[in-house]
Amino acid sequence: MTAIPLAHLLILAAALFTLGMIGVMTRRNVLVMLMSVEIMLNAVNLTLVAFSRYHGWTEGHVLAFFIIAVAAAEAAVGLAMVLAVFRLKQTVYVDELKLLKR
Amino acid sequence: MQGLLRGLVYGGLIITVLMTATAWGMWLERKLAARMQSRIGPNVVGKFGLLQPVADLMKLLQKEEIYPIGADRLLFDLAPFLVTTFAIATAAVVPFSADAVGADLDVGILWVLALGGLMVIPVWMAGWASNNKFALIGGMRAVAQSISYGVPLVLTSLVAVVFTGTMSLSGMVKFQIAHGWLALWPPGPGVIAFLLFYMALLAESNRIPFDIPEAESELVAGITTEYTGMKFGLLYVGEYVHTMVGSAIAAVIFLGGWDGPFHIASGLHWMVIKTVALFASVYWVRWSLLRFRSDQLMRLCWVYLVPLSVGLVIFAALWRHFVLS
Amino acid sequence: MSMELILFYVLGGGALAFAAAMLLPNVGRNPIHSALSLVGTLFCLAGLYALLSAHLLSALQIIVYAGAVMVLFTFVIMLLNLQPDEIQPVRLTTLKVAAGIIGLFVFGKLITAITLAAGGAQSVDLTPHSAAIGGATWEGGFNGYGTIREVGRMLYTTFLVPFELVSVLLLVAAVGAVVLAKRSLHYIDAPTPPPAKLNRLANKPEAAATHDDHGHH
Repeated sequence: MTAIPLAHLLILAAALFTLGMIGVMTRRNVLVMLMSVEIMLNAVNLTLVAFSRYHGWTEGHVLAFFIIAVAAAEAAVGLAMVLAVFRLKQTVYVDELKLLKR
Repeated sequence: MQGLLRGLVYGGLIITVLMTATAWGMWLERKLAARMQSRIGPNVVGKFGLLQPVADLMKLLQKEEIYPIGADRLLFDLAPFLVTTFAIATAAVVPFSADAVGADLDVGILWVLALGGLMVIPVWMAGWASNNKFALIGGMRAVAQSISYGVPLVLTSLVAVVFTGTMSLSGMVKFQIAHGWLALWPPGPGVIAFLLFYMALLAESNRIPFDIPEAESELVAGITTEYTGMKFGLLYVGEYVHTMVGSAIAAVIFLGGWDGPFHIASGLHWMVIKTVALFASVYWVRWSLLRFRSDQLMRLCWVYLVPLSVGLVIFAALWRHFVLS
Repeated sequence: MSMELILFYVLGGGALAFAAAMLLPNVGRNPIHSALSLVGTLFCLAGLYALLSAHLLSALQIIVYAGAVMVLFTFVIMLLNLQPDEIQPVRLTTLKVAAGIIGLFVFGKLITAITLAAGGAQSVDLTPHSAAIGGATWEGGFNGYGTIREVGRMLYTTFLVPFELVSVLLLVAAVGAVVLAKRSLHYIDAPTPPPAKLNRLANKPEAAATHDDHGHH
């Protein structure tokens, strides 16, 4: 029988999501933080595809498609912002961007 | 398990055939180049120099492996391997005849484009990891060029997809068997789309007139500058395999794949003939034309090729709507 | 164990390993290595999608993520000329511990939810024509599942409005990225960074000169 336990797929997705979350919280390099966000989005995509396969509904694929598109847009704008900030402050470490923090 | 075995056997077969074909493709190129420059070309090793690729391989295997100071060793080692892997992996979905196809995906052409886009990463890795100005500039140029020319490449593939109504490569060939080859049938636009695809292909595989990434008069050898021995060999072979597989894909999409002219004796041999002809023409172009400047290259792509291919997509949609249905 | 299950463990393990490598201090120290191990994760996930017969998504994942987004990332890292984190600004150990605890908590919650909901009994059957167990009702039946035709049909019918919105979003993002990343914005009086910091090779002048004497052709 060719089957993958649904729970395994979901646990994998949960683990990826957690890893991404820990990355966002611990890493101070804004580029790596953006990458961790990408991992979190991908974990959600995996859940969508797994459930979609489980139920046999294609809607999950469409939603994952939208997520991929939104993630691409997010990455483009995010990186452009990183570039703009770097031009001002010469740093990509979020700890050093504390102009508004008193 | 049956599927796994079949995959392994077919994969091994395709790697062997492809690498062999590529080795003698190099010989063919050197012979052609020699003819065009009134030289003789390789003629010492074996009859007509036919064993030259073997001799080259032996030479490369014996060379010392050198790591430049400050190189990123992991990426430096990984890059040549990945270049060749991605180039060969593209061949998995190419239907060489009605039966000889590795995986007949229903998104075959997307797979081809995906791996073509992925090629950017190892090329860039090689340029970055070498810690060499020439390699870095070469890598940056290669990435900029691949991304830019990826747009007309995708759009012209989209023309084919809209005409044939399928993304499966073998489906495209079947459509062409029924309705005529795409490069010929919608008389004008088909051949324009084919030429655009061909140009984008030249650019993707960094061939003259689009070879600024390894312009030897300014960049030594681009990304391959610091590579020695078999790693250089893999980078070099990867480029040739890329060109070879690209030619095969152009033959499948626009020249009817395994279909003979007027359906005469259709079969694997027509695919081979078309692929080798396209492959040879790449080198014909290479030894005939000059090199573009970087800005001319970008201008050609974004100002002429992209709008033209968008127009072709619109035409294809109209043709599909009003003529085919 | 069936082939599919082995493939699942290989790909899933690969995805996890690459994702973890991205965060580990000694691999993830170099942003370039982080980016490339993220490519590894995305690639493994594309394999998983293919395994779950989402061929279109699998190809899209590679084209959009590995091909476009990650190239963008690597290019930005290179443009900024980021060195491996030699300057660790502040050792935020408390933050790291807290992050670990919160991460474990969330993971535990997710696992609990999964086991409560799924009970570990259900499995995704990969044999063709079998996913109808969940009540597939559209015309055409299971044969269309996950194919590009089916996804396309849904995109242009049921999900037409979100689709158009996403296309507008992408346009906005493209314009926004160009505007933000443009060099001379009149309201940002950008100080030009010192050249020594920009040029990676300037720090090690001997690197370029040592090995350029062997020709290949």
